[in-house]
Parts: sequence; C-alpha cells; structure tokens
Amino acid sequence: MMEMASSVIIINLLVFLLASLLGLELIRHVSRLLHTPLMSLTNAISSVAVVAGLIVMAHAESLLIVLLAAIAIACATTNAIGGFMITERILKMFKREEKK
Amino acid sequence: MILVELIYVVSAVFFALSLRWMGEVKTSRRGNFVGAAGMILAVAATVMAVGTQHYQLVVISVVIGGIAGALMALKMPMTAVPQRTAISHAFGALAAALVGTAEFFQNTPNIDKFTIIILLAEVILGYLTFTGSVIAFAKLQEILSGRPIIYPGRRIISTIVFGGAIGLAIYLFFNQGNTLLFVIMSVLALIFGIILVIAIGGADMPTVIAILNSFAGLSAAGLGFVLDNKLLIVAGALDGSSGLILAILMCKAMNRSFANVLFGGFGSVAKSTGDTDSAQKNIKSMEVEEAAPILAYAHSIIVVPGYGMAVAQAQHAVSDLMDALTEKGIKVDFAIHPVAGRMPGHMNVLLAEADVPYEKLKEMDHINHEFKHTDVVIVVGANDIVNPAATENKGSPIYGMPILKAYEAKTVIVIKRSAGGVGFAGIRNELFEYPNTTMVYGDAKEVINKLVQQIKEM
Repeated sequence: MMEMASSVIIINLLVFLLASLLGLELIRHVSRLLHTPLMSLTNAISSVAVVAGLIVMAHAESLLIVLLAAIAIACATTNAIGGFMITERILKMFKREEKK
Repeated sequence: MILVELIYVVSAVFFALSLRWMGEVKTSRRGNFVGAAGMILAVAATVMAVGTQHYQLVVISVVIGGIAGALMALKMPMTAVPQRTAISHAFGALAAALVGTAEFFQNTPNIDKFTIIILLAEVILGYLTFTGSVIAFAKLQEILSGRPIIYPGRRIISTIVFGGAIGLAIYLFFNQGNTLLFVIMSVLALIFGIILVIAIGGADMPTVIAILNSFAGLSAAGLGFVLDNKLLIVAGALDGSSGLILAILMCKAMNRSFANVLFGGFGSVAKSTGDTDSAQKNIKSMEVEEAAPILAYAHSIIVVPGYGMAVAQAQHAVSDLMDALTEKGIKVDFAIHPVAGRMPGHMNVLLAEADVPYEKLKEMDHINHEFKHTDVVIVVGANDIVNPAATENKGSPIYGMPILKAYEAKTVIVIKRSAGGVGFAGIRNELFEYPNTTMVYGDAKEVINKLVQQIKEM
C-alpha cells in the first residue's frame, strides 16, 4: 500500500456519501415498532467487517497481525451469527391481532 | 478479481434491500433473510479471493465467534436485549479497530497520507466505542451502577485523555514509523471510552446505545477506506446512518442535544435547579381491591409502560390484563414513548414477546390526542415520560421534553414499587400529585396479576 491513487479515494468518498444518504432515507421510513430489531440487523450487516479480517489474515506477515485478525474475525462472526439470529427471534414475536 | 467485486455489489444491494424491507413488520423477516444472504455471499466471495492461508486459525475464530453469537441469540431473555445490543457494538467496534491496528503494523511506515488519516481516526473511534460499549453493557447488566458516576475534574481528565489521543494521531500522521506512540494512542482511546460512558446515567442509555451504534458503523466504514473495500464502506455507512437517525430521534424525545447527553448529565442540571429532593405532596394511594373495579367499569384504557415494567418482568402480566379487559369489551391501547426503556423500541419488543398485537402499540404522536377521551390510564413503571413538569414547569430539568399526556385522562392509576422513590435524576413527578391520579404501590407483576384475577371475577 504505497500511494493510493486519488481517483480511488474520490470514488470511495462518493460511495460512502451515497450509501449514507441511502441509509438515512431508508431508516427514516422504518416503523418505530421495529427500532430494536433494526439495530440488531444493522449491527449484523456491519459485521461484514469479517471480510476485512479475512483479507488482512491472508496477507499477514507476522504472528501479531495473524492474532489481531483472528480476534477480529471471532468478534465479527459473533455479531454476524448473533445479529441475524436475534433479529429473526425478535421479528417472529410481532403478531397481528387475532380475530376471535 | 472481477467476479468477487461483482458479488460484493450484489451483497451491497442485498444490504440496502434488507433495510428497505425492515421498514414494516410485514416484510421485516424477508429483510433479515436478505441481509443474511448478503453476508454469506460476501464471505464466500472473500474466501474465494484470498485463498486459505492460515485457514486453521480462521476456522477456529469463526467457530468460537459463531457459537458465542448463537448462544447469545438463543439463550438471552428478551429483557436483556439492550445489553446484547451494547455488547454487539463493542464486538463490532473492536473488530474494526483491531483490523485497523493490524493494517498499521503491517504497512507502516509506508501508508499514504490519506489512508493514514482515516486509519488513525477509525482506530481511535473503534477503541473508544469498544470500551464505551462494554461500560454501557455493564451498566445495563447492572454489573456497574446505572447512576452516572461523576467525580471532580472529570472534564479536565477527559479533555486531557482525548486531546492526548488526537495529539498523538497528529504526530503519527507526520511520523508514522513510531509504533510505540500508536500503542499509547490506542490505550488513550480505550480509556476515553470508559470515561465517556461511565458518567452517563441509565435513563440516557437509549441515546448512548444509538450513538455507539453510529460510531461502530463509522469505524467499519473507515476500515473500508483503509482496505479500499467498497462493500465495507457501504455496510458501515448504512449502520452509521441508522445509529445517527436513532440517536437524533432519542435526543428529540428528550429535548436534549448530543453534547448534552454525552457531556452534560441529567444529574448536574437537576442540582442547579434545587428541585431534586423536594418531597412529593398530597399523594393518594389505594389498594388493588379498589383499583380493580375502576378498570372493570371503564370503557377505554391506555397503558403507559416504562423501564419499571422491564425490571419487574411484568410484560406477560400486562398482556393478561389486556386480555381480561378486552374480554369485558373494554378498549385497551398502549402508549409507547420513544425513550421508554433502555434502548429504542425496547417496550415494543417486550410487549410483542408477551403476545400483545403490534397494532395496539401506539406511538406518542398518534395517541397523545386520545388521552383526554380516555377513562383510565395505567402507568406501569414509567416516570419522567408522563411528568407534566416537562410542559409546565420552566425550572424543571426535563422542561421541554415531549411527554405522554396521561394527566388528561379522567383517572390515572400509577403502579409503582414504593412511595419514596423519585424518577431518574430525582425529579419530582407532578403527575403523582394531580387530583385525578391515584397510586397503587407494589411490585408491578404482583399488582397486575392480582388485578387480572379480580377483574375476571367481576
């Protein structure tokens, strides 16, 4: 990773800003009922950081880096698996009124 | 590899769709499913791209993390959702900070100027979010006291610690070869997270959790910049913006600013007004036997749940009460204040768990005009969110906070653990002194179970 081309930086900034705007727009329309599962869902989604752990692990040149990446992968996997499972568990509880 | 990049694009679209479908209950499970699918695709593509170096260690990490996550998701009681959310922000932020740290040690001193700025910022944010979230977890789990821990010189100490971390980051920007300073900077960020959250009280947790959520997302997005990984940038940005919106909603619901929640503390405000320990006057109370007929002969009832309902685990009893009253032809609704409980949406989840249909869970703005046409309001473990001082008393520390207008109902019944206690931050609740309010003292679950029994017999 020597000089990163400035075009790459600009594209990444653009991606970040557009994704943030999209996120703000999408989240604004989420019912308040669902704010708790929304939090567990977005948390699970951002645990795609596990990908970063895998990439760094693959290029690791020292034991320290391997260990840091391994802990990161374990943390991110906890969130990924736990996040989607808990979201499903919460969402299953939301029921409509039954006509008796 | 172009194929990997393409799969990342699909994943990113899946993540966005996932949030779109999370918008309403009907499609929410589909949203969760698509999110998980996006995750599986991304991981599969990455493994394809980077190969299987150190695969034993990867497998061990994934198995440990997977088991921990699954156990937490399956075993955790619903009342513990705020704690789980806090600890998940800790894990997310730690993962981002550790990968950032690994990148630093791998590539220093050859990291380009732009990347090093993002890397340093991301690592500081990640570490302080990690310890901050651990403290939030400890407070919610009641390992630590939920009260704000305030000590003299707090602001000076936190300014020195945070300023030190930033100062070192600036130095490292010019001399990135100094790995020892990087470690010291990280430690300062870790300490700052503790200092920041330990001073915040339990009732502010909805905002704090949302802010930490946003920070965790931002640090993941920052890591995306460092690794030039657009999928991570997108996922982090979505997470960050979600946390930001929730934090803004929580702040609005308390009429406070971010800065005030993070650095102010309710307690200090309350002290200056001198309104903290004034005793409550003219409070009437009654026994369960007297409350039951009032409920049984009402036409319309609104239940206002608060954190006390979660503490007493009374959500199932409340649901039984709803059934018993509905059976008698009484209209029962629930009024949910945005900051009721310890995280956004907390009350909704608890009541949904207890089989209360979600149509009955009404947002503050939708139900506030209905109180004046309502016969009885039952307040279960809620305090500040129904305190009329917020609209009437300019000297009150919660003045300006939007409240549920429970006081407009013909009769208000407040179920409260004991006579003595005042709400968080010791603010006197004027609602308890209103002529139409009567208290029923006791454990919320026991009181409501007794009410249900007596109403059924009538």
